[in-house]
Amino acid sequence: MTLLKIENLKVYYPVRGGFFRRVIDHVKAVDDISFELQPGETYGLVGESGCGKTTTGRTIIGLNRPTAGKITFNDVELTKITRRDFYKYRKDIQMIFQDPYSSLNPRKRVIDIIAEPIRNFERLSPKEERMKIMEVLEKVGLSPESIYKYPHEFSGGQRQRIGIARALTLNPKLIIADEPVSALDVSVQAQVLNFMKDIQKEFNLTYLFISHDLGIIRHMCDRIGIMYRGRLVEEGTKEEIFENPQHIYTKRLLSSIPQMNPEERLKHMAFRKEVNQEFKNNYDKYFDAEGKIFDLKPISETHSVALP
Amino acid sequence: MANQPLLQIKNLTTSFRIQDEYYPAVDNVSLNVNENEVLAIVGESGCGKSALALSIMRLHNELNTKLEGEVNFKGQNLLSLSTAEMNKYRGKEMGMIFQDPLTALNPLMRIGQQIEEAMRNHLDLSDAEMKARSLELLKKVGIPNPERTYMQFPHELSGGMRQRVVIAIAISCEPKFLIADEPTTALDVTIQAQILDLMLELQEQMKTGIILITHDLGVVAEMADRVAVMYAGQIVEIADVYTLFRNPLHPYTRSLFNSIPSAAEGSDRLHVIQGIVPSLKNLPRTGCRFSNRIPWIKESAHESNPTLHEVEKDHWVRCTCYQDFHFPGDAEAEKI
Amino acid sequence: MFKFILRRSLIAIPQLFLLSILIFLLAQAMPGDALSGRFINNPNLDPAYQSELRDKLGLNDPLPQQYARWIGNLVQGELGMSYVHNVKVETMLESRIANTFWLGLATLILTYLIAIPLGVIAGRWPDTYTDKFIVTYSYVSFSIPIFVFALIMLYIFGFTLGWFPTGGSVDVRVEPGSWDWYLSKLHHLLLPALSSALLATTSTIQYLRNEIIDTKLKDFVKTARAKGTPERKVYSRHIFRNSLLPVAAFLGYDIVFILGGSIFIEQIFSYPGLGQLFVDSITQRDFAVVNVLVMLYGFLSILGTLLSDIILSIVDPRIRID
Repeated sequence: MTLLKIENLKVYYPVRGGFFRRVIDHVKAVDDISFELQPGETYGLVGESGCGKTTTGRTIIGLNRPTAGKITFNDVELTKITRRDFYKYRKDIQMIFQDPYSSLNPRKRVIDIIAEPIRNFERLSPKEERMKIMEVLEKVGLSPESIYKYPHEFSGGQRQRIGIARALTLNPKLIIADEPVSALDVSVQAQVLNFMKDIQKEFNLTYLFISHDLGIIRHMCDRIGIMYRGRLVEEGTKEEIFENPQHIYTKRLLSSIPQMNPEERLKHMAFRKEVNQEFKNNYDKYFDAEGKIFDLKPISETHSVALP
Repeated sequence: MANQPLLQIKNLTTSFRIQDEYYPAVDNVSLNVNENEVLAIVGESGCGKSALALSIMRLHNELNTKLEGEVNFKGQNLLSLSTAEMNKYRGKEMGMIFQDPLTALNPLMRIGQQIEEAMRNHLDLSDAEMKARSLELLKKVGIPNPERTYMQFPHELSGGMRQRVVIAIAISCEPKFLIADEPTTALDVTIQAQILDLMLELQEQMKTGIILITHDLGVVAEMADRVAVMYAGQIVEIADVYTLFRNPLHPYTRSLFNSIPSAAEGSDRLHVIQGIVPSLKNLPRTGCRFSNRIPWIKESAHESNPTLHEVEKDHWVRCTCYQDFHFPGDAEAEKI
Repeated sequence: MFKFILRRSLIAIPQLFLLSILIFLLAQAMPGDALSGRFINNPNLDPAYQSELRDKLGLNDPLPQQYARWIGNLVQGELGMSYVHNVKVETMLESRIANTFWLGLATLILTYLIAIPLGVIAGRWPDTYTDKFIVTYSYVSFSIPIFVFALIMLYIFGFTLGWFPTGGSVDVRVEPGSWDWYLSKLHHLLLPALSSALLATTSTIQYLRNEIIDTKLKDFVKTARAKGTPERKVYSRHIFRNSLLPVAAFLGYDIVFILGGSIFIEQIFSYPGLGQLFVDSITQRDFAVVNVLVMLYGFLSILGTLLSDIILSIVDPRIRID
């Protein structure tokens, strides 16, 4: 059974221009993408800034309006139902934000931050609410006494775990993690990533993991979609993407990651030059006459590439 | 004096004033950078690497910063110079590349003016000569349309293009020494790769000595000749890049390597360094500063006054605790 | 950029339109109309004749129609008759507009002459005694009401020391148009302008000081220093230029502030300008004049903010979109 199904999703922003600021064009932030998430898996959405990965995440959770397309969650078409009905599904889909410093209200205590979703969706007595919050806090590895503290009293990694605790309170099925560790130092990153893996097993969570860092994506994800200019250029399992990339953009992205082995650096640099050369030379092979990315075509059961 | 290093830092201590009390952010650091050499300084935020970089150029606010020790550039101690004398070195002998190319450029000045400013300060050139040289520099750093960019404002350029402009400014007077403070952190991976390649190419051409400040060991592996690892204001390990990646010794270096997803390949779990980096004010200044983050290592393994030891030629490690270091079982390392 | 200015100016039109409707409706709610002034001395006039006259003048027409006529006349410069003095409003404004204009200009110039150097000094060397003195001054001037301060200034420099005249806009004994006449005008202007300016400096000083302190920490200032730029030039080319930007944008708001202040200042210094006329008209319930003045003040305020936006678009390249 598919948990989340995105079909032909488009999110366009109007570009206004001319004297009367009429809509003269659209920025195609997300331009016709489709993918599916199976329960319990981690799907990685990778790309550079401005490729539309964050917009996709925000649209699924209802922070942006889709211009066209279907988003189906647990057999309910979210794009068809009214805002009020959508509300019911919101509790099953939660989001973890990038910046643990700005995504927590500095004037609220931890108890109020974590209780916010509960207060929105459930009716609990203050005592039950506190019990529940202490329970989640323990799950994310923070001491239950910290409920009366304020965000600034925590380190970056701890704050991100408060953000995760907030996302977990309603027992969601799907968590959209938008660059959850890019604001953190490597050692703290490790802490949060380990922890996300732990709770995934414990609660059978499904992750949509949005990131620009291919190292982290490789570590976390089962399947990966590569986004470029609002479209998917390649989709496949972790192994397929990393061992057998097909699209030139995927190759370019992979060749750009710094290698951790200094002895291979010249080889890697040569490879990067080669890929960039091919990107220039065979541009028409990978993009149509207008520079647009082709539709995805399956080349194996799990692997698809945007080729003509 | 034939083998004199280009830059020699001796016992440099940079202290910041917090409520009338000075706390060292860079604590007794000694380093050499040779001509035509890239020295990477790695560490996490708050380890003092950026403070070190700014100390070399003396760009800290003098009202709340205290610099002690020596920074010898071609034999001249920069710390003993007046600001006016220092200005003869800045931009001419040593250039700097900053982290965020958006904020590093003056939003109200045209790109051309900003590149020419350094030349105006140091070189005796006519306006036409300066313009010709600026265009040449823009071309050199890979800007596709130099004439146009020359007249543009920073906000009209993309992040990668801006960083190229920042590099053009840094090399405008052909300095022999460059400091690059996280030059690619604010950029996307493909742009990062382009900028790093550009820097290597220019370095090869100009034979510059470079101090590269970064938190990214991948960038280090691609760029550096030698690496210094910093923790809590001190250098804990220093070696050439091949040795350091093949045989990291200090517990902090090893922990850092093991917490990176791409390096920890094969293992499902990443290593987590226990505890947090102590703040400048609360930093214990005696004993091994990393000891409380590896509590499973017995106290006697640490030196009471840890120093850098040369364990093999040109490979230095601080504190003797590395000899007893091992990673704990996963389960205990996780708890914080 | 021309396009931006034009578009920004067009936005001012609906603002003015809304303002005029508001003023018109308020005027309708007030007691008295264009005829009250003429009839006030003649209570025996036939009420039937009065209402006939009102009909004739259109005062019984539906409101939209009256509004259209009023705004039409206003645009053509027909400002109506004063209820009290039974003269055309234009005539009453004529001499006073020039007086207020010169007073406002002098105030503005003095404000910047005082505020910019003080703001620059305070921002360049913060936390020194000079800075503390400047900041204290700006707080004190912020907290003193303008009419109290103006009275003190008038008492000290006008009456006690006798350095400046204590009322009027010019010495009536001097022949108009002569060199002495202009000097006399200036002499009359100085004290009210200075009183107003000393209080109007607060926002500029504070803003400039904070802006300079913030700009100092910006990365591009580090870049400039890393190029070996001398400290003096770091300030003049990078810090001051970037800090003056928001201050320049405040010009329009400063005009609005000074205009508001002029109402008190003119009253206290018996300076025959618009502000004094405004206060007099209110106390005499001369709403025809009050309406025109409110409209004028509103118009100038909108013009002031418009000016701010245009200045900003000229000095800041980031705002010059299409």
